[in-house]
Amino acid sequence: MKQFASFVKKEFHHILRDRRTMFILLFMPIAQIIIFGFALTNEVKNSRIAVLDNAKDADAASLITQIGKSNYFNIEQVLYTQRDIEKIFQKGKIKMVIVLPQNFGNDLQHFNHAQVQLIADASDPNVASTLTNYASAIIVDYQNRVTNDRKLPYTINTEVRMLYNPQGKGAYSFVPGVMAMVLMLVCTMMTAITVVREKEMGTMEVMLVSPVRPLKIIIAKAIPYLLLSMVNVASILLLSVFVLDVPINGSLTLLIAESILFTLTCLAFGLLISTVTDSQQTAMFISLTGMFLPTVMLSGFMFPIENMPLALQIISNIVPAKWFYIIVKNVMIKGTGFTIVWKETLILVVMLFALLGLAIKKFKIRLA
Amino acid sequence: MRTLRFLLQKEFRQIFRDAAIIRIIFMMPAVQLILLPLAADYEVKNIQMTVIDLDHSDYSQKLTNKITSSGYFKLSQYTGSYNAALKNIEKDQSDLILQIPAKFEKNLVRENESTLFIAVNAINGVKANLGAAYLQGIIRNYNSEVRLKWIQLPRFSPELNIETASSNWFNPHMNYQLFMVPGILVVLVTMVGSFLASLNIVREKEIGTIEQINVTPVHKYQFIIGKLIPFWVLGLLIMTIGFLIARFIYGISPTGSFLTIYAFAGVYLLAVLGLGLLISTFTTTQQQAMLLSFFLMMVFILLSGLYTSIDSMPEWAQWITRFNPVTYFIEVMRMVVLKGSNLADIKYHIFIVLGFAVFLNGWAIISYRKRS
Repeated sequence: MKQFASFVKKEFHHILRDRRTMFILLFMPIAQIIIFGFALTNEVKNSRIAVLDNAKDADAASLITQIGKSNYFNIEQVLYTQRDIEKIFQKGKIKMVIVLPQNFGNDLQHFNHAQVQLIADASDPNVASTLTNYASAIIVDYQNRVTNDRKLPYTINTEVRMLYNPQGKGAYSFVPGVMAMVLMLVCTMMTAITVVREKEMGTMEVMLVSPVRPLKIIIAKAIPYLLLSMVNVASILLLSVFVLDVPINGSLTLLIAESILFTLTCLAFGLLISTVTDSQQTAMFISLTGMFLPTVMLSGFMFPIENMPLALQIISNIVPAKWFYIIVKNVMIKGTGFTIVWKETLILVVMLFALLGLAIKKFKIRLA
Repeated sequence: MRTLRFLLQKEFRQIFRDAAIIRIIFMMPAVQLILLPLAADYEVKNIQMTVIDLDHSDYSQKLTNKITSSGYFKLSQYTGSYNAALKNIEKDQSDLILQIPAKFEKNLVRENESTLFIAVNAINGVKANLGAAYLQGIIRNYNSEVRLKWIQLPRFSPELNIETASSNWFNPHMNYQLFMVPGILVVLVTMVGSFLASLNIVREKEIGTIEQINVTPVHKYQFIIGKLIPFWVLGLLIMTIGFLIARFIYGISPTGSFLTIYAFAGVYLLAVLGLGLLISTFTTTQQQAMLLSFFLMMVFILLSGLYTSIDSMPEWAQWITRFNPVTYFIEVMRMVVLKGSNLADIKYHIFIVLGFAVFLNGWAIISYRKRS
């Protein structure tokens, strides 16, 4: 036990002496939560649009004002001919053009029927479809307001309630995601590097000839990073509650326990990477280039998993961040208890033991 | 010139001797480019819906059928209690609840008015908003059908009707891959380039071989250029592989010219590599360099407009994106690949990124010290 303690102490010294790394490790999650909590949102606001108003009558003007008033759109430009549309899209700033036909007001007043054309720059299909939807909704709204005095029979009203996130804040879905991402990347990379570094420097030989069992060497390496990750979890949670106003609706103990479980899984994964590589560069490449995009894209926090092709949906199951994201979303925002997330927890536990077992099996006592 | 040639020879050998790194440099981007674009689909569809039907009438049946046959919604459960429906949302088995009240049909016919209740899981705000909007649209449609059944409308319907026709230019089929593949290619080229560059000098520091270079008559700028060129070539090579994948797997080839893209990429890579080299001169271990460049990359990539629209970010974040080289490349890539923009359209982008390149590389040369 005393040997083990001194190994843990050695690892702590390693980390604490490298002030810059320490600083980056502790500061990075904070900066990320702040930047992404505020800036990452997949809602579309203040989009620049242009108007081609061929009608130039009162109805057209009031519809345009209605659209310009909303938070979603900023009318930046007025076009005069159809040909301008393509040019303006090619410059890249304007995302949608609203075209009103010549007899807009006339048709509306006399035939109760008029047309509006929405031309979206669909080089970003997500933005295009969102903008088209928003614009259509505003137009429907406008049309309802105009018809308001003519009360129609047989009307179905709808009453909509937004659960969990009534203001529709982006942070509610991004905080759990960023938390999963930061922990995954920091823990995996740091442990992967620390073992390989000793190999590269040659100090691994020294440790391997010591009487300490290899399993203990590995555990000793993981402990300081586990603690460091807990500090990160704490700072992320504090920031999300006090700065981003994302509440912790469920049990804090459960949330922390799950975070420890996830951190351990990541550490085990890092150890596995470190046992199969021999240079820091390779280890970093696998843990970063190899992990970053899959974690961002397949964990479900950027893109809905149910939209993916079946093969990717299956692959997404082996991304630990996916399960942790589901857990955090449930516990933190929906406020559900362990009964709802036990399945995800079990999956993480199984992953943890599988990765750890594999890492220990691959751990070589002799270097080539 | 001769010195530079020798330096280049050394750098290229160093890169190509490490088989593991070479494999990773080329394989990883290729695999990711093949797989990941398939995952990038925000489109709101497959919304799981729980229906609470307290009316059990002909009308409530018809409404439910109309909604499920629209294609956007899938009926996940049909239940009689709100609590059961809420449980479904908690378990993530359902995104949306539609409650049809008792006497829905009766009220509609007798009182001329009836109210439906919708509850949406709004953790993902966009999905919730669009889901609710789709549903309301379908209900409105159903409403018109009901009206038509009961009253003979005059020739010009008293329901005011503004028809909106929407068309999607440059990507009429709303193909997400057309949008994501070029963007992901940018990310991969950027990540590989900047990581390699940032690890390079610092590795020589850590291993100690930098001392050997420092005692040679090699100039600082020669040293930096010698480091820059091999990665520049590698970066362009990876991009070419990426375009081949885009062409043969996704059938995407740029509407604009390759010349425009490569001209921009050439300048862009200088900026990214310059950033990597700068990090490399400032740090003392590979670990530090990696962490720092990773941190910057993460911010750059997530704030680049690849995943989320820059227009909807707050003012200060938009300000950051103006100093983000990745933003410019993603914009250029999409402009050229999708819209066929030419060199004149992207000239500002080129100048700005050229500015980054000169600034970052200049700084790297100045801050590289031959004495420790």
